[in-house]
Amino acid sequence: MSETTGMILEWAIKSAVVAVICLLGFAYTTYYERRLLARIQVRIGPNRAGPWGLLQPVADGVKLIFKEELVPQSAYKFAFMLAPILTMAPAIIVMGVVPWGTQVNLFGRSIELGISNNLNVGILYILSVTSIAVYGIVLAGWSSNNKYAMLGGLRSTAQMISYELALGLSFLPPIMMAQSMSLADIVKSQQDIIWFFIPLLPTAIVFFISVLAEVNRSPFDMPEAEQELVAGYHTEYSGMKFALFFMGEYVKMFSMSAIFSTLFLGGYAGPWVDQVSWLGPLYLLLKIIFCLGIMIWVRATLPRFRYDRLMKFGWKVLLPFALINLLLTAAIIGIFGL
Amino acid sequence: MSIYNPLPVVKGLWTTFKSIFEKPVTLQYPEEKRVMVTRFKGRHHLRRYDNGLEKCIGCALCAAACPADAIFVEASENTDEERFSPGERYASTYEINMMRCIYCGYCEDACPTEAIQLGHDYELSFIDKRKSIYTREMLLDPVPEGKEPTPRAVEPGVFIHSIPEMKDPV
Repeated sequence: MSETTGMILEWAIKSAVVAVICLLGFAYTTYYERRLLARIQVRIGPNRAGPWGLLQPVADGVKLIFKEELVPQSAYKFAFMLAPILTMAPAIIVMGVVPWGTQVNLFGRSIELGISNNLNVGILYILSVTSIAVYGIVLAGWSSNNKYAMLGGLRSTAQMISYELALGLSFLPPIMMAQSMSLADIVKSQQDIIWFFIPLLPTAIVFFISVLAEVNRSPFDMPEAEQELVAGYHTEYSGMKFALFFMGEYVKMFSMSAIFSTLFLGGYAGPWVDQVSWLGPLYLLLKIIFCLGIMIWVRATLPRFRYDRLMKFGWKVLLPFALINLLLTAAIIGIFGL
Repeated sequence: MSIYNPLPVVKGLWTTFKSIFEKPVTLQYPEEKRVMVTRFKGRHHLRRYDNGLEKCIGCALCAAACPADAIFVEASENTDEERFSPGERYASTYEINMMRCIYCGYCEDACPTEAIQLGHDYELSFIDKRKSIYTREMLLDPVPEGKEPTPRAVEPGVFIHSIPEMKDPV
């Protein structure tokens, strides 16, 4: 087997594995959310479909597949079909730069755990890909040919763009600490120095809040506000297309949790990970589950932000805070060195 | 002020975190069911005396009292060879339309012999609306242990009152 075929096969298999993990992650994130939300609300979640309700996502999936797909007559068909894909694809693609571990030896090759760990502009890749998702939403709102969906789409777009600024600024302190934009280097420097959430706790909080706003997740879920704009930008969607939007939101939660874990919680680092490489993905998974738990906890606690307060918060509070954070981090690194 | 102050958010998060460790209030229905209060007004029962005779004497006061016109009563004479209740008459046809019934309990209040009573059964769903008519057989209590079922043959001369006394007869 020549070197190139081996390489291509390796990439293909890794991509398939990541896609499957994202989809399984989506299914069981919905299950985790329903269960955790229920426990916070002093009740049990779904526990009837399969043992402990573990087949609940399967049941939901089957239901969504069998639903009738209605496309409004005056909707712009091409854009209507394209929008869910544009929202969903970036969520999976962004997992391409997350490192799951160091290196393993399988089939006589040294395989690195992760698709593109050493990409030297890893962070830039993440920022660019998450911006594509904004197009999907505004397209969904506009192509539905429905005033309320359009308003929902516009609101959501404005929200996502505003919080992307704070997100971008909060990516910078970890880059400064690791002196590289490559995610593999960031994890390695966390293994050398200390997990970044300890010195960079305010940055981690800003990042987390911006992620909640990017993903359109409570308390920033005004665009989907079920009680207000009917369902916002995905009002006219049913069946599989709606499932794709739903999937997009949860897979984005999953990937952004992975990125948060990589940047601030040490990624695949943990005890004995240098000796046993397979512990790396396990540690990453545990950290992702922890982050998802916090997102669900925040959803269960906070009421929805009113749209104008949401925008005020993004521009007048979060952005200056992120800037000041960046300034202080740069000053401290400059004065004391690393 | 509120968007600049994170303290209430943190206190709220702590409260929800503590509630994870409270015991859930969910009951696994239908394996576990809630016990109803004593005076819960569920499905009707046509009661019997301790000797097994039916209390209902077919007077149709319950049908007259019912605000939803849900009860239909037709009475027939008791004979000593076939006796159902200790009075002069018994309810040979007794039907309650469960879809009309509003479970108010006026029939229970109106009954002179305490025959019709509302019990604790609330699991009354059906798919065919013809099944909403509950007949006499469905509403009658089962015969107590060791007694003869009604209709039964009795000695003549024992049950001579048209409205029986309110205590248990022989």
